[in-house]
Amino acid sequence: MKAITNKVPLEPKVKKAQFWTIFTQQKYLYMMALPFVAWAFVFSYLPLWGWTMAFQKYQPGKSFFDQKWVGLKYFKELFQDDQFYNALRNTLGMSLMGLLAGFVVPIVFAILLNEVRLQFLKRFVQTVSYLPHFVSWVVAAGIITKMLSTDNGAVNDLLMGLHLISEPIQFMAKGHLFWGIVTASDVWKETGWNTIIYLAAISGIGPELYEAAKVDGASRLQQVRNVTLPGIRTTIVILLIISIGHLISIGFEKQFLLGNNLVRDYSQTLDLYALNYGLGMGRFSYGTAINIFNSVVSVILLFVANGIFKKITKESII
Amino acid sequence: MKIKKISGTPWSDHIFDLVVYFAITVVTIATLYPFLNVLAISFNDSTDSVKGGITIFPRVFTFKNYETIFAYSGLMTGLKISVLRTIIGTLLGLISASMLAFTLSRVEFQARKFVSTFLALTMYVSGGLIPFYILIKNLDMIGTFGVYVLPSLVSAFNVFIIRSFIDGLPYALQESAKLDGANDFTIYWRIILPLTKPALATIALFLAVGQWNAWFDTYLFNGSKDYLTTLQFELMKVIQSTTTNAESFRGRNMTQVMAQISPESVKMAITIVVTVPILVVYPFLQRYFIKGMTLGAVKS
Repeated sequence: MKAITNKVPLEPKVKKAQFWTIFTQQKYLYMMALPFVAWAFVFSYLPLWGWTMAFQKYQPGKSFFDQKWVGLKYFKELFQDDQFYNALRNTLGMSLMGLLAGFVVPIVFAILLNEVRLQFLKRFVQTVSYLPHFVSWVVAAGIITKMLSTDNGAVNDLLMGLHLISEPIQFMAKGHLFWGIVTASDVWKETGWNTIIYLAAISGIGPELYEAAKVDGASRLQQVRNVTLPGIRTTIVILLIISIGHLISIGFEKQFLLGNNLVRDYSQTLDLYALNYGLGMGRFSYGTAINIFNSVVSVILLFVANGIFKKITKESII
Repeated sequence: MKIKKISGTPWSDHIFDLVVYFAITVVTIATLYPFLNVLAISFNDSTDSVKGGITIFPRVFTFKNYETIFAYSGLMTGLKISVLRTIIGTLLGLISASMLAFTLSRVEFQARKFVSTFLALTMYVSGGLIPFYILIKNLDMIGTFGVYVLPSLVSAFNVFIIRSFIDGLPYALQESAKLDGANDFTIYWRIILPLTKPALATIALFLAVGQWNAWFDTYLFNGSKDYLTTLQFELMKVIQSTTTNAESFRGRNMTQVMAQISPESVKMAITIVVTVPILVVYPFLQRYFIKGMTLGAVKS
């Protein structure tokens, strides 16, 4: 007992002294890390402080203390606006479609690629499939608009050539087609890239499993179903959970670039809504309220997804 | 019976192969054709293109589309700024990510846990568009080149990729350098950096592509500054001005260009100019980014 009471008052001092000795020893490490930590603080954490704007009648140019506090006024306005519910519907609709397609198609494509026996062909197709990932959405949107256009667009030409339609479809002017166009564009752009992880997982499956299946007389399709798919099951689950976490943060890039005034009712996502009605009209407080809503829902979704994941696999991804 | 099954191929496998090769062909065409089509139109005479029917070869070959767009001053400025931001942004990003990764790989570093958590959180928290805009405004960065390279300087994802690479290097190298009296910065500069080249190549590709492809920061912060325009932004203006009726987007300079050749040809030619640098680079770095992606996936 005595020994301990004797020791306690000494410890903080010793620890402190120790800290500073090591600090000077590690000064180069601190010099290499702290400037960037400060940097991350300014550009990643300071915007969170900006959330206070949603509870103020924010006027640019005034200092923080001169702003008028208004409580939940802007959130009430937000929840009474029809456009908000429209934007929420579009965000959820497009994310869900994107989630499903973006989840299923890369798995199918990875399995197909894995079944290509000609190595040079496999490598060529892989290289080609990465290409759209590396071009910007500006380029992608331009190309997609061109392919879907009514005069000489490849898709309309193809459908006309096959006599599936009698006159060109105005793809970019039909609101109810917009979600599908965004989803298809996403699949076109990112499928190749998203197969990388699945292909890596497939290559980790031991060849002896395939040999055993062959000896048992399994056809190629049966091998896919009983060896390949179970082999990449964990990877599939992890990637699914991660994408559920990102469900609502689909942003606005595709919608901004592919959309136009004719399809606005279907193209306006929450972020685009914040951009048009918050920033575009100088209503910073209102826009911030939209951003906060968006972030909070994302975090909730992430935790829910992680909770489900934990239940299934007893592991956490956060 | 059993022997037959092992040596011979069941008929279902032939159908399976057929389906696989058919699907692969369709995907390849669907991916490649749009690019080839755009390329063909960009080299085709503008008035002839309007008639339609161009597939993957130009019908009336010409360089005129390219001559016309390069005569437009906005495009040259855009090219210059895009190249500048790609080089500067990539270099700064590489320095920050590799330095942070190095400090995080040092087990004895006191602030290691703090720095690591602090960085990891940036991947999950986001203030949103408008608080970010106000921040940039308060920092007086609107209408500056800095807005292209400074906000994205530190990326936690890149740090963690390089760090897991450094963790794979033998620690004895650092130990022996330390015994020789090298300080931590020298170890980073002389030993770690040269050995981390494969990881740095991956990150450099990600950073460079991100910088080259960025357009929204120009739109948001520098849209009215002619001398800070980027290629992607110029392309975006052309695409938006013809798909919607936003006449305000179209500067007078661009209207004159479009009077000479059709907007369609302008779009296609600029698209190719913007895409070619990426097309030239990415196939050669394939080995690196595949490694980087799988490494990143394992870690996160």
